[in-house]
Amino acid sequence: MRIRGRRIVGGYAEGEALVSSAPFSFYGGVDPETGVITEPGHPLEGESVAGRVFIFPHGRGSTVGCYIIYRMYKRGTAPAAVINLETETIIATGCAMAGIPLMDRLEENPLRLIRSGDYIIVNADEGYIEI
Amino acid sequence: MYLTRLEEEMLEGGMGEAVARAMSLLVALGEVFEAERLIEVESAHISGVSYKNLGEAGLEYLEEQAEMGASVRIRATLNPAGMDLERWGEMGVSPEFAEGQLRLIEAYRRMGVEVTCTCTPYLIGHRPRAGSQVAWAESSAVAYANSVLGARTNRETGPTALASAITGRAPLHGYRLEENRRPSIIVEVKTPLSSKFDYGALGYLIGEIAGRSVPYIRGLRGVSIEQLKALSAAIATSGGVALYHIEGLTPEARKMSRHLDGLERIPVKPDSLREVAERFQGAGEDAVICVGCPHCSLRELMEVARLLERRSGERLWVFTSRGVYEKAERLGIVRAIEEAGGRVYRDTCMVVAPLREMGWREVATNSFKAAHYLSSMGLTVQVAPLRELLGGGHEN
Repeated sequence: MRIRGRRIVGGYAEGEALVSSAPFSFYGGVDPETGVITEPGHPLEGESVAGRVFIFPHGRGSTVGCYIIYRMYKRGTAPAAVINLETETIIATGCAMAGIPLMDRLEENPLRLIRSGDYIIVNADEGYIEI
Repeated sequence: MYLTRLEEEMLEGGMGEAVARAMSLLVALGEVFEAERLIEVESAHISGVSYKNLGEAGLEYLEEQAEMGASVRIRATLNPAGMDLERWGEMGVSPEFAEGQLRLIEAYRRMGVEVTCTCTPYLIGHRPRAGSQVAWAESSAVAYANSVLGARTNRETGPTALASAITGRAPLHGYRLEENRRPSIIVEVKTPLSSKFDYGALGYLIGEIAGRSVPYIRGLRGVSIEQLKALSAAIATSGGVALYHIEGLTPEARKMSRHLDGLERIPVKPDSLREVAERFQGAGEDAVICVGCPHCSLRELMEVARLLERRSGERLWVFTSRGVYEKAERLGIVRAIEEAGGRVYRDTCMVVAPLREMGWREVATNSFKAAHYLSSMGLTVQVAPLRELLGGGHEN
């Protein structure tokens, strides 16, 4: 199944989905050395974002989050791709700094359609994902 | 988004990898904000300097940029660091922190950024002209540049301001466009304001009401640079205000007065200002008194020195820029403050220095911005006019 969306940062990636219904802050929300979500009470606490297609509504929190995304990329603990409902400056900046494919505004709501563990292809260059 | 041939070349790597990376960042943000194209910017002011905030992650990124040969194409100044770059030991900053901080500064220096380490570039000669497009980060400087100087910038972040400095471009959206600079709310000040502290309280109150809108403020006259500095810092702290207009004062106010029909009017009465001033009332006698958020002007340093003629400056820390410090030093003002027991530090301030790690628990300040952030970091904070903090005299 192919769904079109808006490309923010181009690139191609594939991997297992990790879906969060809650907005996410990379600053303070994740251990950059391992990629494990550490934010107390977050629905995905204890899960790793490393190599996953990380799907969440939008970013929040400090702009330092940009640098954290970049650090994770360098350590190999970053998501393979990011999909937001509606992205914002921090996530866009961090993904662009690291060259991580980023899309938003899919034609269908990915939070409803996709479950954690589904295998996803993200072709941000062409502006679509495949489940 | 439309790119010129030169911009395409920058994006494709024809001008080096660092330029290509910076360009891809700006294009990504242009997509997010649906900008039609990029626009040339004349200057940048870059935040994201304190090692306390950036840590190893930020250091790694910036050192790699410098290593890759990133270099600024336009004038670029730097926001405060986490310590006085020379007197950090005396401040109580750890050698480990200092090492990280100095490496961060060195990375910026290699890229050609002026190591100004101040949130008030406009007080040391970095003053964009009215109507010019710039890429400034640091919320208080953004509000000042947009509103008081009439320059055009969005609220940039450290990485976007740096990318703009490297490419000389920024995505054309938001406050760069005339139609988004129109007022969206009218604030009518119904009480006379006398001091810088009052302007801080007013800014903090308007920011809470206005959120991210553009306030058109009536009822102010004879406002000093220091008062506008306090207003700009507070209004950008409690809300996300990046631009305001003051009737009869700021450069675009007259033009914008044509767009006031039908806007909501919010009155500001003495009670509401008093209520704001009473928000931060925690710290006791042992609090460290911190002045200089935003960094002190020469006139403010003179005022501190004058107040210290009658009392001790024990537990008083004053923060200013290198540029203003040098002038104050020549005039004997730094010595006067330090001989009374106070300390004058450059390059840093109470908000970005690692105060908690330095063992601080209580701070008294005349800045609403500092009070807001220090409080959110878990310190106990008192906010009061300088003359109350230091006892006696009149504050301008």
